Amino acid sequence: MQEYMNTKGRIFDIQKFSVHDGPGVRTIVFLKGCVLRCRWCCNPESQNYKIEQMETAGKLKTVGRDVTVKEVMDEVAKDRVYYEISGGGLTLSGGECLCQPEFSAALLRAAHYYGFSTAIESTACAPLETIRLLLPHLDCYLMDIKHINGAKHREFTGKDNALILENAKALAKEARHLIIRVPVIPTFNDTEEEIGAIAKFVSDIMPGGEINLLPYHRLGLDKYKGLGREYTLTDITPPEDEKMQRLLKVAESYGLKAKIGG
Amino acid sequence: MAEFYSEEIAKSPRIPKLVEYLFEKKPQIEADRAVLITESYKASEGKPIITRRAEAFEHILDNLPITIRPLELIVGSNTKQPRSCQVFPEYSFEWLENEFDTIATRSADPFDISEETKKVLHEVYKYWKGKTTSELANEYMSDGAKTAIEHNIFTPGNYFYNGVGHVTVDYAEVLAIGFEGIIKKAEAELAGCKDGDSNYAQKSTFLRAVIKSLNAACRYAERYAVLALEEAKKETDEKRRLELALIAQNCANVPRHGASSFYEACQSFWFVQMLLQTESSGHSISPGRFDQYMYPYYKADLESGKLTREFAQELIDCIWVKLNDLNKARDAASAEGFAGYSLFQNLIAGGQNTEGIDVTNDLSFMCITASMHVMLPQPSLSVRVWNGTPHEFMLRAAELTRTGIGLPAYYNDEVIIPALVSRGLTLQDARDYNIIGCVEPQKAGKTDGWHDAAFFNMCRPLELVFSNGVDNGVQIGPKTGDISTFDTFEKFYDAYKAQMNYMIEMLVNADNSIDCAHAERCPLPFLSSMVEDCIGKGKSVQEGGAVYNFTGPQGFGIANMADSLFAIRTLVYEQRRYTLKEFADALINNYGEPMSDLLSEQLTTHVVKQLADNGKIVSENDIAEIYTKIKNNETSPDKKALYNKLREDIDALPKFGNDNIEVDMFARDVAYTYTKPLENYRNPRGGIFQAGLYPVSANVPLGAQTGATPDGRLAGTPVADGVSPAAGRDVNGPTSSCNSVARLDHFIASNGTLFNMKFHPSALKGRSGLEGFVTLIRGYFAQKGMHMQFNVVSRETLLEAQKYPDKYRSLVVRVAGYSALFTTLSRSLQDDIINRTEQGGF
Repeated sequence: MQEYMNTKGRIFDIQKFSVHDGPGVRTIVFLKGCVLRCRWCCNPESQNYKIEQMETAGKLKTVGRDVTVKEVMDEVAKDRVYYEISGGGLTLSGGECLCQPEFSAALLRAAHYYGFSTAIESTACAPLETIRLLLPHLDCYLMDIKHINGAKHREFTGKDNALILENAKALAKEARHLIIRVPVIPTFNDTEEEIGAIAKFVSDIMPGGEINLLPYHRLGLDKYKGLGREYTLTDITPPEDEKMQRLLKVAESYGLKAKIGG
Repeated sequence: MAEFYSEEIAKSPRIPKLVEYLFEKKPQIEADRAVLITESYKASEGKPIITRRAEAFEHILDNLPITIRPLELIVGSNTKQPRSCQVFPEYSFEWLENEFDTIATRSADPFDISEETKKVLHEVYKYWKGKTTSELANEYMSDGAKTAIEHNIFTPGNYFYNGVGHVTVDYAEVLAIGFEGIIKKAEAELAGCKDGDSNYAQKSTFLRAVIKSLNAACRYAERYAVLALEEAKKETDEKRRLELALIAQNCANVPRHGASSFYEACQSFWFVQMLLQTESSGHSISPGRFDQYMYPYYKADLESGKLTREFAQELIDCIWVKLNDLNKARDAASAEGFAGYSLFQNLIAGGQNTEGIDVTNDLSFMCITASMHVMLPQPSLSVRVWNGTPHEFMLRAAELTRTGIGLPAYYNDEVIIPALVSRGLTLQDARDYNIIGCVEPQKAGKTDGWHDAAFFNMCRPLELVFSNGVDNGVQIGPKTGDISTFDTFEKFYDAYKAQMNYMIEMLVNADNSIDCAHAERCPLPFLSSMVEDCIGKGKSVQEGGAVYNFTGPQGFGIANMADSLFAIRTLVYEQRRYTLKEFADALINNYGEPMSDLLSEQLTTHVVKQLADNGKIVSENDIAEIYTKIKNNETSPDKKALYNKLREDIDALPKFGNDNIEVDMFARDVAYTYTKPLENYRNPRGGIFQAGLYPVSANVPLGAQTGATPDGRLAGTPVADGVSPAAGRDVNGPTSSCNSVARLDHFIASNGTLFNMKFHPSALKGRSGLEGFVTLIRGYFAQKGMHMQFNVVSRETLLEAQKYPDKYRSLVVRVAGYSALFTTLSRSLQDDIINRTEQGGF
């Protein structure tokens, strides 16, 4: 067995039969730990690297476990036949897979070795050198750009966006297939100007590129309670369909291949 | 490769009107057929049975009231009111007489019956006492088989009370040469009968019966030609007058002659379809490969400009409506097992031809469109899938699945073809298979499959292992030994196999007895005329005239037995945490949970017998007290704690349906305890037994008669459905469930397997939802699963799932960008999804 199959990392879930995160039918491995603290995050249990307890349906559940690449791949490979038929494969999500670069790179490498396509859902909030560890084994980079304004980005995610935007420029050239994803969050970035600014940035670095607008949802709400944490966006509601259509038009006006949802 | 037109064709405004008319009134029971057959039987006493059957068929068809329903383009109805049914006293009648006053109000499939009809039927029934197939079958059956049936180990009720049906005749031949062509074949065969032939009497009598029946069918159609002309004369609407004139012309030509147009082919098909269900009460008269045998007529008319695609679609839609016009009354118990007035007229689209080339065509797509247009349960639409199936056809079928009507069912050519070859079909015949009824594959026009021969509950023999063969105080199974003697798991498992083997033999006895009764009392000359090689052999299908003969009884409860035996092996023999005795005690007491009246009575009998065996004298008062205690579930706290602990430990074990290789391979072996012994038996028609693994809807009523099982299942709750994992036990998502089910040996279950999955419509939303769904089917089939069908569930179901999460643990919903198990989601997310469903937006 290859050495990298023994690489260890920390995950908190494996989700099979996903059809909306990269091409075909995919298995998503959720890694634990993230550098951002997005207020709308639907997986708050993913943010801390440390293993923690979360209450779900009245029971305490341990979130997070340490595993080897081999152990993850044994599970991922069970759906091999579906990847072969659909051109699907492995998607790393989180959390932020760039927080565990050796583990992530080894997972992607193993997936390629097995013949599965690879994708990551990532903030790209890491040194470019770190990201480059993953690129040789990565088919599709689903990268979040949440805001162009650095101050607002810091207010809602806890970090400035300069590194993210710089990385986006590099990835537009270096990634095999880059798709920009924008979570559309009321009170944060849901105006035509704000989405327009993101679309303009994307069309500058990647003319005619792909952009997905992901409407805000409140799916993580109960998890905050379960973790004993506060959810600070209680006052906002998911954007209406009509608004999403308007924002879609804005993105398209920059010549991008835009769609709602992943 | 095949070429096809795959666009959806618009629905004619006629179709909703036909559907509306169909459902205007509650189904009725009509007495005309029962009266006519009785008159004929009285007049033909003493003649050969096959002659009597032909004369009765003739008498019925010459005199049965005929009617053309408003706006119909395809005509022929064997009842005056839509969705009503005739009665078939030659099979059984006592159940109906007993249900005269309840059949209109019973929960499953009620029928109205007028006082006049009751009176007429009551008179008619006097003649049939002692003359039915069910009475003869009962006469033939061994005591062991009768006892097993009484104790609900299996039920052959379907063919015991009714005709067999379950056949696809050679529609193509009727369309091509007409009944006159088949009559000529029979006449030629008759001319070849030499007076000195040993089988002269049987063969020549049979052939004359065939000719008589076919002529009667032609005359019946011609009655419609006359009626249509009469109605045309009276019709004031010019358009409808022309339609009626065309109907008259069609009915004058077919089915006597070969069809000269697509429209005639449709009408000819319909007469065959409805007359088969007038000759006998058997259900699952399956149209089979409709898209194939209709295609030459469609293609010729389309190319010559005689036919538009729109009119072809309208005719197909009309047939779909007519298939829902036929109906059948069953006894109350059977009605629950076949709930939904279903006639299981299975019609299949797509697949390969005899040479192994994909032949999906325009009509394959139009069949799917027709089901979308009428949105009714008949026909039971199926599609054949293999590597060569066009992707656009799969997507179109998936769109129909997404509507939530549970159609189509998907079948895997790559398993079914070799499975049929292993049962002696030629490769060409196997490639041309279609599906009968629920899931049963066979070759049309050559097979008497006797599919659906009985429901066999695989859980009941395990109960007999714990009771040393005793059920409800009676020794019904072999004495496999007291449980204290099973010091290894192998010994325990062997005892289960011994109980299974014995009960399978009883099942065979019951089926063969019924089979003989049908051959002796209800041979079917009309049906036999369209099944090879009845004319050549000179005997009916029921007497073994078909080329291929099988008996296919279906087992169910594999998942429960796999999980149960796995639990016993692990907890009793490997971890040694519980004794068999503790298991036995927990099971008989339903893990300390409340019990139904039926099960309380059974347990009371058990307790009383134990007391009596120990020399105690038990009074009536004692019995009443014991019953009350049991019914009120008076368990001591200590015991209850033990039961709860046991159930928790059982729940924690891996279960079938979660992609766990160890459990799955165990399930594969457990299925063999049913499928393998069956292969050793033969039926009176010269064929073999072959197992199916599917339950229709019987897993629910028969589960009600089943005690608690060692997988943690409570007494009286449904048993697992087909080869599907036990309800709520597969919790790792749809791919894991598919991977597990595919690990069973589907090839040996050549009478069909049934895998049911539940999805929320959102999981199939959008192009990527459909693509994912198609991948799931293809992935399951690539791993050699045989069949799949889908419940796409609604908001109401989601609300139920919130109330009873344990029952819906495998329900898949689309969340945001991914699909997930509904019950694993938080309450607020569940609410969110439910509310979003209403808006229809994701």
